[in-house]
Amino acid sequence: MSLINPFDPNVKLHAGCSCGQHSSEAEHLEAESAALNRRMVENTVMRALFPQDVERRRFLSAVGVSTALAAISEFIPFGALEAFAQDKGPLEKKDLKIGFLPITCATPIIFAGAADFYGKEGLNVTLQKTAGWAIVRDKVLAKEFDASHMLSPMPLAISMGAGSNATPMVMPLMENTNGNAITLHVKHKNNRDPKNWKGMKFAIPFDYSMHNFLLRYYLAANGLDPDRDVQLRVMSPPDMVANLRSGNIDGFIVAEPFNQRAVYENVGFIHALTSEIWNNHPCCAFAASEDFVKHNPNTFAALVRSIMRATVFVNKAENRKGVAAMIAPANYLNQPPTVVEQVLTGRFADGLGQVRNEPDRIGFDPFPWHSMAVWMLTQMKRWGYIKGNVNYKEIAEKVFLATDARKRMAELDIAAPKSTYGKHQILGKEFDPSKPEEYLKSFAIKA
Amino acid sequence: MKTTLTFRAAVLSLFIFAMFIGTWHLATQAPKESAAAQAVNAEYAELMGKGAEKTGGFPSPEKVGSAFVKYLSDPFYDNGPNDKGIGIQVGYSLLRVGTGFLLAMLFALPLGFVIGMSPLMTKALNPFIQILKPISPLAWMPLALYTLKDSEVSGIFVIFICSLWPMLINTAFGVAGVRRDWINVARTLEVNPLRKAFLVILPAAAPTILTGMRISMGIAWIVIVAAEMLVGGTGIGYFVWNEWNNLALPNVIFAITMIGLVGMALDLGFGTLQKFVTYRE
Repeated sequence: MSLINPFDPNVKLHAGCSCGQHSSEAEHLEAESAALNRRMVENTVMRALFPQDVERRRFLSAVGVSTALAAISEFIPFGALEAFAQDKGPLEKKDLKIGFLPITCATPIIFAGAADFYGKEGLNVTLQKTAGWAIVRDKVLAKEFDASHMLSPMPLAISMGAGSNATPMVMPLMENTNGNAITLHVKHKNNRDPKNWKGMKFAIPFDYSMHNFLLRYYLAANGLDPDRDVQLRVMSPPDMVANLRSGNIDGFIVAEPFNQRAVYENVGFIHALTSEIWNNHPCCAFAASEDFVKHNPNTFAALVRSIMRATVFVNKAENRKGVAAMIAPANYLNQPPTVVEQVLTGRFADGLGQVRNEPDRIGFDPFPWHSMAVWMLTQMKRWGYIKGNVNYKEIAEKVFLATDARKRMAELDIAAPKSTYGKHQILGKEFDPSKPEEYLKSFAIKA
Repeated sequence: MKTTLTFRAAVLSLFIFAMFIGTWHLATQAPKESAAAQAVNAEYAELMGKGAEKTGGFPSPEKVGSAFVKYLSDPFYDNGPNDKGIGIQVGYSLLRVGTGFLLAMLFALPLGFVIGMSPLMTKALNPFIQILKPISPLAWMPLALYTLKDSEVSGIFVIFICSLWPMLINTAFGVAGVRRDWINVARTLEVNPLRKAFLVILPAAAPTILTGMRISMGIAWIVIVAAEMLVGGTGIGYFVWNEWNNLALPNVIFAITMIGLVGMALDLGFGTLQKFVTYRE
């Protein structure tokens, strides 16, 4: 089910889902699979009770359906069986290919592989290191990857057809919060006020990235128009470090460990962690196409469970050092262990001669806030990546499976927020997800 | 006389190589740590990786040498899908190049024959070939990824498309350039067309065709590295990208040298084949 084509006279535009009985497509899918599950359990039980179908029919017509159901329910715990079936439902696909980029944002996905959390769910996952976001997008769309690490705005953009063919995607969980920084060339040591950055060149990892939106937000908040006053170039992270060394760019905003790597290479310093712009902002995500989820619901659930467990594990401060050692080798991040460790523990050299201690430098929180999706959409619209009327809530709820995530988190005893919408503070300015258009209007600088 | 020339050339080659390594060595001597760097506290220095092997600046020949030893001493290790030995990576690349090249051969040789033997076909197909030939093979990559929906197949397709043109053009040229006398002799002897193609034209055009194949192979080997850097996964191109991701220049230089060596071996192979089919009139 793609985003509904508003020019198709045969579809209902205002209904939440394809059958029109649920508020969103995600809920519709959930209800559908739950109903199917129940039917399956009932079928099995009835078949076991009445090996001869003739007897079953005779029994039902003699006592009536409701009496029969009540009688049988008395001694057969349908509800428990159903939950059991859901939990142990056969995996539709065991051998999976999952893409990731070698950055610390992918820690839960990588760790779930390195510590074989996938294996505990009966999955055989091959983690495929990928060279860039555009390739991740293409490989997911080509079904070469069953699911992948993505930048959290990517599933939104792909679902809407911004920068690709419109293919409905779902994002069952967030990977990390924070975990990025703005790095400047050492020659800008005394040029820390962004108001003076006119004419500088910055590298960003991808158009549809939190990095791009946060840097633009930061520059605009300091009076610079990111489209006119500075140059933004898309680059891969190692190219950023090399270009910073040669002075082709003045700075970059990117995921770790490449900011720390620039410090380690003596070419840059950490100007600001992105947590200083928006504390606990979303960053990377785990996403799959809706098509994959529809055809492999149990596999998908098992996958989400394993990554959620990994997320909880890697988020604990006492585990961070060990995790860093596990993900640093060539098969995963391929970085010096001390660089990865400085990112995960938050005790790091800033490139200016100071040791900083920021335990929240990167966090791992699986909850995919709808309000964060709405914020991303406002920024896409603000900078002209999407145009026209945007149905913020509908897209956010279709792609970010927050309701589903809360249910799964409860199953795994992870505390989840009560609401899927929250107000966020970004550089001291409040974002209210219920008023996206007014929020957009409040910006003086936009495309 | 000939041996002494070879000998003298070898000595000169060795001398140039030694000079090159020597200059490289002198040019990459590490500068002394500045006093300012030592002033900061011990923890900061440790976090900055002082004392550890660092990649700062261009690597010295010793570092590159140790990369050679490290990778060549264990060329077939397999530490998971993203970390395999150099032997395995080169194998993947050769497999892709081989498949794409063979497919191109199956397509280019018969078509080249037809074009070469028929002036009409030559004229009719010429504009298409002329337009398609100068397109960079990598420019096909996005299109291939989009339509074929598989990066592995796309890689092979890119090799196919870049190997195609030199082979096709050289085959057509070779076939068209077979001496009229020989064809006329075949005609007077009433040789059937198939026999004529295989026993007269093919041997006569073989040297030109093989030149085309040799050029194709050279291009294919250049392109595969770029293609693998783009789509990743496996292969020598991926190896380069993965090491670049770690800014590990010694390993990148090692990989570059390996690419050169394998490319040379492929070229030498075709050179030998070429000698085998060359004839003197």
